[in-house]
Amino acid sequence: MDPKALVIACSALAAGFTMIAAIGIGLGQGMAAAKAVEAVGRQPEAQTDIIKTMLIGQAVTETTGIFAFIIAIVLLFANPLVGLL
Amino acid sequence: MHSIEHLGPRKIIGIGDFFITETVLYFWIVMAIMITFAFVATRKLEQKPKGIQAVAEYIVEFVYNFTEGAMGKRNSNFSPYIGTLFIFLILGNSLGILGLRPITADVNATFALAGITFFLVHYNSIKAKGLAGYFGHLSAPYPFMLPINIVGELAFPISLSFRLFGNIAGGMIIMALIFTGLESFSESLHLSIPFFQFLIPLPANLFFDIFEPVLQAFVFTMLTMVFISLNNMTHGEHS
Repeated sequence: MDPKALVIACSALAAGFTMIAAIGIGLGQGMAAAKAVEAVGRQPEAQTDIIKTMLIGQAVTETTGIFAFIIAIVLLFANPLVGLL
Repeated sequence: MHSIEHLGPRKIIGIGDFFITETVLYFWIVMAIMITFAFVATRKLEQKPKGIQAVAEYIVEFVYNFTEGAMGKRNSNFSPYIGTLFIFLILGNSLGILGLRPITADVNATFALAGITFFLVHYNSIKAKGLAGYFGHLSAPYPFMLPINIVGELAFPISLSFRLFGNIAGGMIIMALIFTGLESFSESLHLSIPFFQFLIPLPANLFFDIFEPVLQAFVFTMLTMVFISLNNMTHGEHS
């Protein structure tokens, strides 16, 4: 078998596996949104502030997922491993 | 755009290592639009604003309220920068709706913007606390934490730029996938006009080219403001 084919196949698989990180972000952002909904339910007058804080928190939560996504697109579109052959 | 074979910014003109890419060209166009608007809107100022002057005053007022709400009244002199950044990011992120490549889907552009934020944060931190206070803050709570804190400070612009880049580039890739899929549908049915690309991608366009750009512009400017105002407090204001 062509070694290049193996490397490309494994890179594609790895790109898929990398995005498993999205599970964590989904859970984290969902929890943040759930707590924000609770907070709005308790204090409807503070809605704007709560939404603002929630968005910032979620954006910071997203960081790990964004790093995983960048690794995935590097593996798919700018693969450094193919050049090593 | 809208092809998954060529995701990077295309070279427009240039020789060897020096060339102008799509990103730089669109950056200049957006800059020119913003400068022209600011120039035109401030000619013939009147006591009672009407027309374009009213729009400009509304934007300025909105930006000042936004900044003062997030950073406090004492930091309202950051408003011009924050407002420029916010408007630029909204325009630059949503170029995808015109079928162009979004400016911030290039990591060079986002890293430059995050670099501006990084230097702004540290310059203002030194200005507010003095050099001794600045290093005292870096080595808090214990002096041996200094290297860890420095790594943490250096990680901030990297995560800030990759967050914006990842969100916008991800949206761009998904739009390219949608368009490529619909195109192959149209071709497999031998339609003379690309019927499927019409109206079907609209909800995705709405999300990735209108909602996401505004949200990411908000997040980027908000994080910039939070870090500036966290770092230019003196010790007395902390408590």
